[in-house]
Amino acid sequence: MAVAKSKVGSKSAPAAGRKPAAIKSAKPTASAKAPAAPLEFSREEDLAAYREMLLIRRFEEKAGQMYGMGLIHGFCHLYIGQEAVVVGMQMAIRTGEDQVITGYRDHGHMLATGMDAKGVMAELTGRRHGYSHGKGGSMHMFSIEKQFFGGHGIVGAQVSLGTGLAFANRYRKNDNVTLTYFGDGAANQGQVYESFNMAELWKLPVIYIIENNRYAMGTSVSRSSAQTDFSKRGLSFNIPGEQVDGMDIRAVKEAGERAVAWCRAGNGPYILEMQTYRYRGHSMSDPAKYRSKDEVQKMRTEHDPIEQVRVRLLDKGWASEEDLKKIDADIREIVNQSADFAQNDPEPDASELWTDIVK
Amino acid sequence: MPIDILMPALSPTMEEGTLSKWLKKEGDTVKSGDVIAEIETDKATMEVEAIDEGTIAKLLIPEGTENVKVNTPIAIIAADGEDATAAAAAPAPAKDVSGVHEAAKNGSGESGSAPAVAAAAPAAPVSVVVASDPAIPAGTEFVSMTVREALRDAMAEEMRRDGDVFIIGEEVAEYQGAYKITQGLLQEFSAERVIDTPITEHGFAGLATGAALAGLKPIVEFMTFNFAMQAIDQIINSAAKTLYMSGGQLGASIVFRGPNGAAARVGAQHSQDYTSWYSHIPGLKVVAPFTAADAKGLLKAAIRDPNPVIFLENEILYGHSFDVPKLDDFVLPIGKARIHKTGKDVTIVSFGIGMTYAIKAIDELAAQGIDVELIDLRTIRPMDIETVIESVKKTGRCVTVEEGWPQNSIGSDIASQLMEKAFDYLDAPVLKVTGKDVPMPYAANLEKLALPSVADVIAAVKAVTYR
Repeated sequence: MAVAKSKVGSKSAPAAGRKPAAIKSAKPTASAKAPAAPLEFSREEDLAAYREMLLIRRFEEKAGQMYGMGLIHGFCHLYIGQEAVVVGMQMAIRTGEDQVITGYRDHGHMLATGMDAKGVMAELTGRRHGYSHGKGGSMHMFSIEKQFFGGHGIVGAQVSLGTGLAFANRYRKNDNVTLTYFGDGAANQGQVYESFNMAELWKLPVIYIIENNRYAMGTSVSRSSAQTDFSKRGLSFNIPGEQVDGMDIRAVKEAGERAVAWCRAGNGPYILEMQTYRYRGHSMSDPAKYRSKDEVQKMRTEHDPIEQVRVRLLDKGWASEEDLKKIDADIREIVNQSADFAQNDPEPDASELWTDIVK
Repeated sequence: MPIDILMPALSPTMEEGTLSKWLKKEGDTVKSGDVIAEIETDKATMEVEAIDEGTIAKLLIPEGTENVKVNTPIAIIAADGEDATAAAAAPAPAKDVSGVHEAAKNGSGESGSAPAVAAAAPAAPVSVVVASDPAIPAGTEFVSMTVREALRDAMAEEMRRDGDVFIIGEEVAEYQGAYKITQGLLQEFSAERVIDTPITEHGFAGLATGAALAGLKPIVEFMTFNFAMQAIDQIINSAAKTLYMSGGQLGASIVFRGPNGAAARVGAQHSQDYTSWYSHIPGLKVVAPFTAADAKGLLKAAIRDPNPVIFLENEILYGHSFDVPKLDDFVLPIGKARIHKTGKDVTIVSFGIGMTYAIKAIDELAAQGIDVELIDLRTIRPMDIETVIESVKKTGRCVTVEEGWPQNSIGSDIASQLMEKAFDYLDAPVLKVTGKDVPMPYAANLEKLALPSVADVIAAVKAVTYR
């Protein structure tokens, strides 16, 4: 039996019959402390969730390592800690039909949509067979096949763009929905609210997923936001919103399914505030002195999204330590292969400088 | 003292209008606030209220009269106690308001020290040499139409042709366009494809770019490009760069269009030429047509183009009429200049409203024995510099004309390219005629001084020809 943590909005939220709890603070809430646990996953779902999240974790760890070795340069924003958000949401949509768009902390989103780890890692190293032929980098990769629309480096820009992807769905009269991810920092940009207004006005099928990892670079939510409950940010546009425990993949998927159903039915946009946490700095060059080591350690030990699934799998006897080690080894192999590929793939041909400027 | 009622200017750029209906007749008494007539401009039908009180002594302009110039006396009012018949007979002293409206004709501006230039009436059809356009077959019939009509026809034709094309912007649908460019489109294509937005330039430019990334072909109308400055991040960072950043996987087929540059007497924030701004950006195409034919043929090409195209129009040119080829599907190539007039002594390169100054200058220069070759760039990016170089090889001299500011102007770039690619052919330095390096002032005299003038063009041509 699941209860949405909080819902706001003038409309009755789609989870009929459930009693909305009082709105909580923006502090991530462990599932154990939640008023009611979300719907349990099946064995297959938990195993898939474990695998997908672990792929992102190991991939990002490797990317961080390669950055330290000087193989990856420039900006590199790691997704470690937030894996449940994107994997849970992907479980709620139709991959390859529903669109996904996000900001610059985007490697996890790419892997979750099924983009190839080799192509992503080779883009990070700026090589020929990277998704953008080495011309995009960490923040700029795309896949039409997976309906992944980037990868955008201007904070908040993807919110208007994602609203436009949803506009295209409505224009074409299909029932696809668009997942538009952005952070607590981007949530203060003006164009976010311009987009909210048009999305509700035109009933566009877009889910605004605010990944609240509590810090916009070095500025905590409480230092930057007058309204720290991001699920309420659509209130004046009549957009319903919920706060979700973004560290519990079951809660994410369940809220995601509610939001997807709302959008597919033609009710317009929906806001999901995912309360999550990034373990690493904002980017590789961020010493993260704005928070204590204890705070990070507490999140890692008490709320880690992957550990939660691991414990469940073991407790329920759905997997043995050996089974999980095997999965771990498989994932490490995929990641190592991507790293090898990304180091050995040649740089783009010099002629690439002059291609793809205009069609 | 009888009072003249003058044809009012009902918009910053109105020069003439149709007196569509009189609501008062001779002998009627009027008081301040009474609606006395309806006047149709190129943008809207407006009611005219009386300011003075008295009796209508005479209606000077019959209803239904077209092309009544602003400030033409249209009626005479006799004040209370005056003999209306006598008032009608006596010539009324004209109110001196000419200075106020002079700046509206900023295309005809010339400074006091300039030689007299025969300024054509701005709205009169301009004879255009389009024969140099290989896209137009010999023997094609031409019809006269305004730039405004040409732009609308281009959009309507492309929307009929391709269901993925839609128009989005402020007041494009119900209002029929702030400048009436989208007139009738809502009725033909419905609100699904002609979409009024909130006043949200940044948001709707991003939304439209997102729709383009998804494969639709939006036409984004900015009420003016001054407001597109709010949206310029989406235009440049999202629309222009995505093709490159995605390694060619994903691009945006999108047109951003609207009036650019100075209108008339609208002040600094509403009078800016963005041509050089956008022409700086790889990934964008930038088109700035002058004639109605070019507006039509190039807008159709822009809509079909798989890239983001900045389509810079000009409010003052909207009402100008030109000959447009009567062809079922008239599409011009983006990136090709048009030789407006051939000549041997000096090359003038211009585009958009800059052409109005150049055209007026070349007649005067011809009278002084200087034979100008006038090139209309039409597309600013990619620029057809080859046509300019070929012309300069012949003339050895070049003057550029534009309304934008001088630093990093289009003329600056042409001068630089000629230095690199045609230095040995130059017999004189390349000179630029531009707007002055100041925010646009409001006062009529200052605005006139801030814009380039026909005299500036003539002076520059004389300088490079050492005359």
